[in-house]
Amino acid sequence: MPDASFVFAQSLSGLTAAMFLFLIASGLSLIFGVLRVLNFAHGTFYMLGAYLAYQSMLWLGPGPGLFWIAALGAALGIALLGGVVERVLFRYLYGKEELYQLLFTYALGLILSDAAKIFWGTQQKSVSRPPELSGSFSLLGTTVPLYNLFIILLGPSIALAFWFVLQRTRAGRFIRAAALDRETLGALGVNVDALYTGVFMLASFLGGLGGALISPMRATTPGMDTEVIVEAFVVVVIGGLGSLWGTFLGALVYGQVLSFGILFFPRFSIFAVFALMAAVLIIRPWGLLGRPLR
Amino acid sequence: MLEVRDLVKVFDGFVAVGGVSLDAPTGSIGAIIGPNGAGKTTLFNLITGHLRPDRGHVKLDGRDVTGIAPHDLCRLGVGRSFQRTNIFPRLTVFQNVQAAFLSHRGRGGNVMTPVERLYRDETLALLESIGLAARAGEVAAFLSHGGQKQLELGLALALEPAVLLLDEPTAGMSATETREAIRLIERLARERGLTLLFTEHDMEVVFSISERITVLHQGRVIANGTPDEVRRDEAVRRVYLGERH
Amino acid sequence: MRARALWGPLVFVAALLVPALGSRFYTFLANDVIIWALFATSLNLLVGYTGLVSFGHAAYFGVGAYVTGILMKKLAMPFVLAWPAAGVFGAACALVFGFFCVRLTRIYFAMLTLAFAQIVWAICFKWNELTGGEQGMPEIPYPDFGWIERVGASVPLLSWRTAEYFYFLTVVLVAACLWVLHRIVSSPFGRMLTTIRENAERAEFIGVNVRRYELAAFVLAGAFAGLAGGLFGIFNRGVFPDFAYWTKSSEVLIMTLLGGMGTFFGPSIGALVLILLNQQIVSYTEYWPLVLGVVLVVLLFGFPGGIAGAVGAIIGRLFRRARGAEVRGA
Repeated sequence: MPDASFVFAQSLSGLTAAMFLFLIASGLSLIFGVLRVLNFAHGTFYMLGAYLAYQSMLWLGPGPGLFWIAALGAALGIALLGGVVERVLFRYLYGKEELYQLLFTYALGLILSDAAKIFWGTQQKSVSRPPELSGSFSLLGTTVPLYNLFIILLGPSIALAFWFVLQRTRAGRFIRAAALDRETLGALGVNVDALYTGVFMLASFLGGLGGALISPMRATTPGMDTEVIVEAFVVVVIGGLGSLWGTFLGALVYGQVLSFGILFFPRFSIFAVFALMAAVLIIRPWGLLGRPLR
Repeated sequence: MLEVRDLVKVFDGFVAVGGVSLDAPTGSIGAIIGPNGAGKTTLFNLITGHLRPDRGHVKLDGRDVTGIAPHDLCRLGVGRSFQRTNIFPRLTVFQNVQAAFLSHRGRGGNVMTPVERLYRDETLALLESIGLAARAGEVAAFLSHGGQKQLELGLALALEPAVLLLDEPTAGMSATETREAIRLIERLARERGLTLLFTEHDMEVVFSISERITVLHQGRVIANGTPDEVRRDEAVRRVYLGERH
Repeated sequence: MRARALWGPLVFVAALLVPALGSRFYTFLANDVIIWALFATSLNLLVGYTGLVSFGHAAYFGVGAYVTGILMKKLAMPFVLAWPAAGVFGAACALVFGFFCVRLTRIYFAMLTLAFAQIVWAICFKWNELTGGEQGMPEIPYPDFGWIERVGASVPLLSWRTAEYFYFLTVVLVAACLWVLHRIVSSPFGRMLTTIRENAERAEFIGVNVRRYELAAFVLAGAFAGLAGGLFGIFNRGVFPDFAYWTKSSEVLIMTLLGGMGTFFGPSIGALVLILLNQQIVSYTEYWPLVLGVVLVVLLFGFPGGIAGAVGAIIGRLFRRARGAEVRGA
């Protein structure tokens, strides 16, 4: 019977994984909620965020505070990429069949992930933890790395910031309105095109940030993108496509199921995750906190 | 033939239909009129099973059909056309109507016979009777608006219904097209002994062929009777004062 | 219109002649294409004809492969029983999964098909005792061609290697399956499916029980995908969990779209083009995903009807010009 500190440690690792997934999945959920598209390329944006962070660290060199610049720069770079993609290519597919839009994001993912392979090769890349957060402390019998704590605190902070933007700012109101009824919004004189680009860029920023921030914890390799995209799908389905807190909750649930699943039912932990996804879709398709699609 | 009692449908607090009752005796032609948003289409959706009513019932020939699935209601002899043209866009006119025959005559489960020749004569005959025989080979999406409305009618008729529900059959038509369409509908209804219930905005149409008129306003019936009775009704005049078509 | 009916038999005969070219590689490639053609056509029954986009069709492919593999390798069952079993199990899984899936629409439908497929994958990946787990099941035996080989030893024209006997078998079986599928889509049932695709609400109101038809299409698609998987496991000389992984589902979906989901043979053409293209590109560069991505983007922006759609449009335009010339010339 595992002891309390072990359970606590597992729970913390599940929580950390959940927060990363929340960062990524929130972008996916946002794009789906407003643009009604499932962005298969989102996993690749995440991976490119990690690679960009690695590259920036190469250029900036080690030193206090530089990791944060690298991470932010990587996230902004991905946001820019997202904006360009949306304006130049994706825009032409609005109004066409959903399947074509999906296929386009999938193709984009293929192109970008191979591009990453061309630039950075196939060997694992690693980024060292920022010196400010390289320590750890003891809690309830386990050693908790400071970086993990940072991530665990960052998740809810971003969720709250997101919530604030959506509920209390003008831009946020437009975003929520666009998610409900884009035509009316356009008729009201709002520049829906710019709004879409902005949303896409914000989502890409979050995905890229997730990748950049995970780079000190996990090796950056090709194949990161396909792994994470399926996980992100599971999270948004469980939580509810298009719902911010749903995605947060979904990420939490996913993280805990996975970490404890591995602990108690190692052979069936992956099965458990997909079984949960299927169960949610069967019983309550719009997820824990979502709303039925119009 | 068709009996509707106290149908209620509420959407999130908004009362779309608030206790509507009406009767459509066999072979009669009845109209449901009312301003936009009065609940006419919702009422149709409730009768045809696209929506479940919160309260009330619908009886067809004495048999309770409240909320049964549209495909089952169809088999019991109720045909319907839709306000926004609802056809099979990439199939040809012929294929559209043929599909209705195939379904109605129960051949939908057949997996081995090539489909082209089945019900050829019946389909062409029906197209002839609604005036689309010349366009049989055209793709439905490319028909004019009026043509698509005719096709809608054809789809409903192919089911050999006893009751026909037409939701704004002349919407978007010119005056000439409207007159022709109404003449056609009336003729077909008489020939086949159909019980006809339709919604309309065009008052001329309504008063020219209906035997009974039900007036809806904000989800409730405010008048019900012969055209003359309705014309003289106070409540109706109040609602329609200023309404012009 | 008569000319079109000749394509099928022509391709069939051409396929049978491939081993005569004397290259084991060509035979291998053709075998690959033909099995995938069946897989893709089975998916098209759902996507192209009924309008249901499935992200998890590889589940039934994987089930079929494992069933045939397990029956032939572990239970030493003959092919003539083990292969149809692939179709039966594929259909059974499709019945169970489909029952839940058809209750959902569009994106939720797609997500659930994906979830079910990943469940199948997870089971294949982890159930070591039955499926060999991560390692899969290598060395699935070929069907017993003993009697043919004895005949072939005496008759010169019929003396082939086992792999080639299997190829002939594949051609015949896939041709039979495609013939059945073609009958199905040309039948009243097939027409009902297209009405669902065109306008499901309207289909309900001509008396079509949309859910029941969708489930039937789902089961049929699953059955034929299972049959394709059963063949593939033997062809591939081994059955592995990734047969059910979502990337396989995406491959077959891409083939279907590339070739054109609006025609019966579109997916088969897509299989041919994709596999040949892959072969060619992979010999020059390792960046096949990049090439595939670019091809897809070009396709989406330029030829939404897929290859078959584009070819059809070109032929149509030529015919119209010819007919126009006739009218003017006369």
